[in-house]
Amino acid sequence: MLKYIIPLVLFIIMAVFLALGLNLKPSEIPSPFINKPAPEFSALNLNAPKEKLTPTDLKGQVWLFNVWASWCVSCRAEHPILNQLAQQNTVVIIGLNYKDKPVDAKNWLNTLGNPYNISIMDQDGRIGIDYGVYGVPETFVIDKKGLIRYKHTGPVSAEDVQQIFLPLIAKLQAES
Amino acid sequence: MKRLLIILFLLSVNSYAVDTRQLSDPKQQESYEILTKELRCLVCQNQTIADSNAELAADLRRQVYEMLEQGKSREEIVQFMTDRYGDFVLYKPAFAGKTTLLWIAPVIFLLMGLITVFFFIRRKNASANSKAQAGSLQIDQDKQKKIRNLLEKGDAS
Repeated sequence: MLKYIIPLVLFIIMAVFLALGLNLKPSEIPSPFINKPAPEFSALNLNAPKEKLTPTDLKGQVWLFNVWASWCVSCRAEHPILNQLAQQNTVVIIGLNYKDKPVDAKNWLNTLGNPYNISIMDQDGRIGIDYGVYGVPETFVIDKKGLIRYKHTGPVSAEDVQQIFLPLIAKLQAES
Repeated sequence: MKRLLIILFLLSVNSYAVDTRQLSDPKQQESYEILTKELRCLVCQNQTIADSNAELAADLRRQVYEMLEQGKSREEIVQFMTDRYGDFVLYKPAFAGKTTLLWIAPVIFLLMGLITVFFFIRRKNASANSKAQAGSLQIDQDKQKKIRNLLEKGDAS
């Protein structure tokens, strides 16, 4: 009897590990920022280069922090979805224009549409380091108290918006 | 021609340094070199930030350089990086919490292998012994008589 059980158990263990391996995304690194305050920054507004924005200015509202760049190909795929989300007016969307030239960035927004309430500039990537950015696009969801509640690495798809972002935003907006 | 190829080959080996930064203090320079070899480039994932020429790696090298210049210790810099990128940024993650399994898994697998081999060999020996005994007994009792008879009487035909 044992002769049959041992290989079966080994097989099941292997199958479980392989199944887990299939679903792992090694390019997605767990963010240490979940439930931690959004790191401080004071950055210039892309469209109004004299104005500065800090996370404190956004306290009391739920906001998305989307890292983007005109050189980033996946950002182009994500862009129409952000435009749609912006049209619904459910959440403040702040863009972090990461390691980009302001001219290119403005051109991009003019031709593809601007989903961002404000885009701030991070030309040398320092804000990116503070937020642990390693693959653009990345999207953070930040609650009313200024805590990062969710991080999405890679382009946001229409399903992600429906299944993850909108329910989470609704939940966070219900919090006081 | 052959000699030229060898020279070219030797030259290509040392081309890993993507950009070089010189710190005034040789101790800090050493820290810089150690740190950039301990930190992972998160874009390429299997390269250190010293090896990678990804833009993020360059930014992280700049960060390490600047923090050393500000007089930050190696521990402080490692803390800075793990605060932002998690344990994954370290090629040698600390032995604590979530990474415990990572560290002890090789030992567990080695032990599992040794135990399996031990039982496998013991079983194999046991079965080989019993087979050998059974074989010699049979020859002893039944066949040995026949063999002797044959030897004594010679070939009947």
